[in-house]
Amino acid sequence: MFGRMFGPWSAIRTSLQHLSSVVWLLIDTVEEMGDRMVRGRMPFRLAVFFEQTDRTGVGSVGLVSLVSFFIGLTMALLTGYQLQTFGQEQMVPGLVAISFTRELGPLMTGIMVAARIGAAYTAELGTMVVSEEVEAIEAMGIGPLRFLAGPRVLAVFLLLPCLVVVSNFTAMVGAALISRWAFDTSLHHFVHASLESMLIRDIVAGTVKSFLFGLIIGLVACYKGLSVRGGAAGVGAATTQSVVTAITVVIAFDTLCNIVLVALFDT
Amino acid sequence: MNEPPKTSVELRDVCLSFDEKEILAGVSLSVPSRSRLVVLGQSGSGKSTLLRLILGLLKPSAGEILFNGLKVNRMGRLRLNRMRQKIGMVYQYSALISSLSVRDNLALPLEELTDKSSAEIDQRVDEKLALVGMAEARDKMPAELSGGMRKRIGLARGIIMDPELILYDEPTAGLDPVISAVIDELIISLSEKIGATSIIVTHEMGSAFKVATHMAMLYKGKIIASDTPENFKASTDPVVAQFIAGETQGPILQATPS
Repeated sequence: MFGRMFGPWSAIRTSLQHLSSVVWLLIDTVEEMGDRMVRGRMPFRLAVFFEQTDRTGVGSVGLVSLVSFFIGLTMALLTGYQLQTFGQEQMVPGLVAISFTRELGPLMTGIMVAARIGAAYTAELGTMVVSEEVEAIEAMGIGPLRFLAGPRVLAVFLLLPCLVVVSNFTAMVGAALISRWAFDTSLHHFVHASLESMLIRDIVAGTVKSFLFGLIIGLVACYKGLSVRGGAAGVGAATTQSVVTAITVVIAFDTLCNIVLVALFDT
Repeated sequence: MNEPPKTSVELRDVCLSFDEKEILAGVSLSVPSRSRLVVLGQSGSGKSTLLRLILGLLKPSAGEILFNGLKVNRMGRLRLNRMRQKIGMVYQYSALISSLSVRDNLALPLEELTDKSSAEIDQRVDEKLALVGMAEARDKMPAELSGGMRKRIGLARGIIMDPELILYDEPTAGLDPVISAVIDELIISLSEKIGATSIIVTHEMGSAFKVATHMAMLYKGKIIASDTPENFKASTDPVVAQFIAGETQGPILQATPS
């Protein structure tokens, strides 16, 4: 009985503890980086930052392009067949353009990056924790948050919006190709109809969301990695938790953003 | 010229508990400057924890820890980082950064915390590697080194900033007698050359008596004896005597739950 009564409260309490720890991770990282900058030093090693941006951004282009291309293609095909019944297949470009710029681009890219990069960050940092490397960095007075978490979080924060652009573009290419083949929609019409139907508001909302998703994925991955306990098994568990948590939080945050946007703009 | 403080590290009634398990139950200890204090104690008695408390990596649940007269347990994250630059830590399993070469491991604190040029850093790295007899390992990765070699590199990294205090966590554990003797001599010569205070946590009685100028025994969360090595050897305390002699008969095993 007590288990049933306290189970949900205990889960809520644990979730809030994790949330506050993630917020403190962000605050402490910014504080450490700020302290370095005040002293006229780089907040972290530029080489490490560029290595992480290459890994996060360039390294994810293939996966993001391919998955987005197929999703865009499938979406155009399935919606096109339904709309064709009513003679409205010319609406396909607008539908794909709005869906991807405002919703699917940031969401799908967020999920892919959380799985690919979030897992890698957590496993890497977790292994460093287990082998006392993180503690050694801290013991030297170097500041592990700005040194390890800083470049990783910033890389995924800045690169996720770039990947979203790639995702939107490749999805549109996929949709345009299938529309040409299945519904005889010319490329010129597809581009024109897409641009006609898109609103600046959708693009801005998608971009803001992708920055925030990047921040969430980076922080969750680093938090889970830096709080690993219990050797190799702990690293495995933390990596799984990191991916599951990041994807869940990204989807939850996306829903929240949509509710706010609909409430503000009534569309 | 400022005289260094007479006491380098002081612990005042320090308590620490993890998940309601008491690890330290009121540890009080004073470490004179330039001394080499060896802390003895059973496995899991909290010796390594003591080093982490001094570094500010753990916060005590009660009591005070002072380094050069400054209260470590009251310091914020940024002040702790600055204090830690004066302390070198040598880990039991070396804790070298596996993705960096030996040279980069040693250069890391210099590059991150000082304004030294690349040439000056290289010079300092070479000097410290030569000191631990590992000059030939400069460009190797930690994975290419044996346990003893890694330990010596860890020692070189611990002293790269010429610290005022060096903390050694089981520096000779698992090493052959020759390498152990080399490391013991290094600890002594470093302390004399740099003039640093050393706190050494070890189980190896031979090493302990060789390097120590002071000794302390941690038992059941408290320091039960703190004296010179000579007085420690002559101690009539049954726990200290049993531990030093490595006897099976005595209060230690009787008190240890099976």
